[in-house]
Amino acid sequence: MLPAAARVYIPVVVVSACGALVTGPREGTPWATAAVLAVLYAAGERTGASLPPVLFAAALLLPPGAAALVAVPGGLLAPVRGEPRPVRRVWHAAQLALATAAAAQVRTAFGDGPFARLPGLLVPALAAVLAFCLFSAALTAGVLVTAERTAPSAAWREALLEPLAPHLTYGLVGLMAAVLWQGPYGAVAAVLALLPTHIARWVVGQARRERAAHQATVRALVQAVEIKDRYTRGHSERVGRASALIAREIGLPPERVEALRLAGILHDIGKLGVPTRVLRKDSPLTPEERRIIELHPGYGHEMVRGIAFLDDARTAILHHHERLDGSGYPYGLAGEAIPSSARLVAVADAFDAMTSTRAYQATRGVDDALGELRRCAGSHFDPLMVQALIRAVRREGWNPAVTADEPESFAPAQARRHARREAPARRTPEPRP
Amino acid sequence: MSAPGRRGGGDHRRHRRRTPSVVFAVHGLALAVGGAASVWTAVHGVADPAAAAAFGALVVVGEAFRIPEPEGREAAPVAFAGALAYALLAAEAVAVVVAVSAAAVVAGQLRGAPRDAAARRVLTVAFAAATAQPLYGGSGGHPGYAVLLLASTILCDAVLAAVLGTARTGHPFASVLRDELAVLPGVGSAVCAGGVVLAQAEQAAGLWALPVCGVPLLLTQTAFRRHAAIRSTHRETIASLARATEVAGYTPVGHARRVSALSHAMGRELGLGGKALAALEHAALMHDIGQLSLVDPVPGGATSSLDQVERRRIALLGAEVVRRTGAPEEVARIVEGQADPYRDQALAGRIVRTANAYEDLAGSGTAVGRGLQALERLRLDTAHEYDPRVVEALTRVVARAGQ
Repeated sequence: MLPAAARVYIPVVVVSACGALVTGPREGTPWATAAVLAVLYAAGERTGASLPPVLFAAALLLPPGAAALVAVPGGLLAPVRGEPRPVRRVWHAAQLALATAAAAQVRTAFGDGPFARLPGLLVPALAAVLAFCLFSAALTAGVLVTAERTAPSAAWREALLEPLAPHLTYGLVGLMAAVLWQGPYGAVAAVLALLPTHIARWVVGQARRERAAHQATVRALVQAVEIKDRYTRGHSERVGRASALIAREIGLPPERVEALRLAGILHDIGKLGVPTRVLRKDSPLTPEERRIIELHPGYGHEMVRGIAFLDDARTAILHHHERLDGSGYPYGLAGEAIPSSARLVAVADAFDAMTSTRAYQATRGVDDALGELRRCAGSHFDPLMVQALIRAVRREGWNPAVTADEPESFAPAQARRHARREAPARRTPEPRP
Repeated sequence: MSAPGRRGGGDHRRHRRRTPSVVFAVHGLALAVGGAASVWTAVHGVADPAAAAAFGALVVVGEAFRIPEPEGREAAPVAFAGALAYALLAAEAVAVVVAVSAAAVVAGQLRGAPRDAAARRVLTVAFAAATAQPLYGGSGGHPGYAVLLLASTILCDAVLAAVLGTARTGHPFASVLRDELAVLPGVGSAVCAGGVVLAQAEQAAGLWALPVCGVPLLLTQTAFRRHAAIRSTHRETIASLARATEVAGYTPVGHARRVSALSHAMGRELGLGGKALAALEHAALMHDIGQLSLVDPVPGGATSSLDQVERRRIALLGAEVVRRTGAPEEVARIVEGQADPYRDQALAGRIVRTANAYEDLAGSGTAVGRGLQALERLRLDTAHEYDPRVVEALTRVVARAGQ
């Protein structure tokens, strides 16, 4: 059931949208243009490759009432996620209609004269895009706050800033479509202008599937190790998460954060090369068995050699068992000689090993584990990385459970979006002693 | 998913081949056409220097944001679209493209970029300009004409690319051409639409249309780039997974990659292309992955010496791993069928089995004698173990590599 505030808010918006549809001048409206645009937009929404430029073209070509009408069928037909579906569909249509009407209103306010042709036309076109984004964001933020109880500042950020850059591009496409529509060949040329955008959205969909496939491959790799080593499920993934947390905290650029996340996930991959019997041995290891286990960082490094995206995060896999005082393996490097990515992943690895349950070891609380890390900082771990982890965990909390979320993307260009989207674990840190 | 091991695609061919005469002919033709166009433009002068500069800039920017390892063969769709649009508008487009291509070849030679692409670009733009000038006439025309012109230009480009590809690799022309045509609906139609829209918009709104159209087109190219980046990371991760058996000591170093490259070459030889070829390559890379579940490594990883029950078990476990990686179902099925008699296998399965057996027998050694002995062994086993047709294809591939 919707909250009371939403039950007032949504009908008010829908009624205003209906108002926008029926008011305004009617004469001289090119109904044929409106109909073609409405069909185009609806077709785009229906096939899952939505075409926002159509709405901008409508805002530039039509009076506000007719422009709003263009958005309605597509808004109603668009696939929605979540319940109640009918309410969501009507809401979506009303929101698009109002935002499009606002954009058309702004375009009309500029009048013609110098604004009728390029380059002057750029000014009203960009103003219309901004009006569209502002209106749409205000309406979305309203519904997020009233219906989903999101914090207003977060709602506003999500609703306005994320869509702004892509919409400016769509605005340019819509502008070109509108210009060509008024040219000698009308709709045919305008539809051609929309085609590259349609293809781009299709490619983005392909990329999303490819990313999912990549995640599945990584997961399969990691599962093979976790079954062999009797790790708790999700250890690798959580080490990836903690690595990304530290990397972000010390201010690395998004692309490096993603590379380190992947390196963290794959840090133990070399254990595939270690006999299961040795990995699972409960009694103390013989020196020979210890030597065999200590080969795993080298194996892992050899395996991921070809993954260009990892770049120098690859060394994290080779050196994640080195210790600051030189007592680690495989090379016994000390201090600054250990690559910083390896020092980072080492902290993340130790942190998760302490906070997650393994067969032979009781779980420690998060604070307990952080204390232990601090105690070993300087001798085993890089104090800088430990401090960063402590700061980040204090601020964002840490959820040691296996998350139901998909593991994050490793794709370079996606990095920034993911950095923003990754929800901080909704759990407060354990109470301090 | 596509060819996971494409980078190692030519690996089994250790000898660098001499540049075939067809390639020389195409390069020569491109040089002649480009030279003639440059001279013609120098004599007649550029009708609209601002337009030439603007389109030239668009082409340069498009080339600067090339797609590394593109899915379609076109690495710089915006540059191509810009060049084609200008070809629709003015004959001097060829000279502009020659200038940019020359610069790209000079800059590209430092990074080893292929000259084939530059030659193709010059020839296709010349084709577009030559057909557009009488029909379209620079003064504007129906976008339908323009679409037709550019679509046929892009088809010619695909044929030219297939001719060059066949000449360079020796693969069957039909299979190469099929691959070239398969990618046209995506990037090809974007180039075609982009070119027509740029030309139309320039006529409708002047040079201001170029940035307005160009920025969204460049972002389209960015989407392609992003996709290509994820694809290559995925491909590399799969190769890592394949290397797991080597690291664990179940298979010799480089075995999976060599079987994959050999299977790829044999698949081409037998006329496979597109998705089927990619699945074959992927499956070949994964064919031993089931061995990870073995307790003790097989000596040298030579599964062909194991007994039937054990081989079938490895195949089934391997297919399970492959399915978990989210690979296409046909890849899992090829791996699953690895231990079946060849008559029950699909063509791809027979290829992987034969390539694997050849690698097991011949090893990584370059000694020609061992390779010949291995081929002889396989030929003797064609009655029940290996498909004679596939062994013949292998023989041709090996013979070509030995040249």
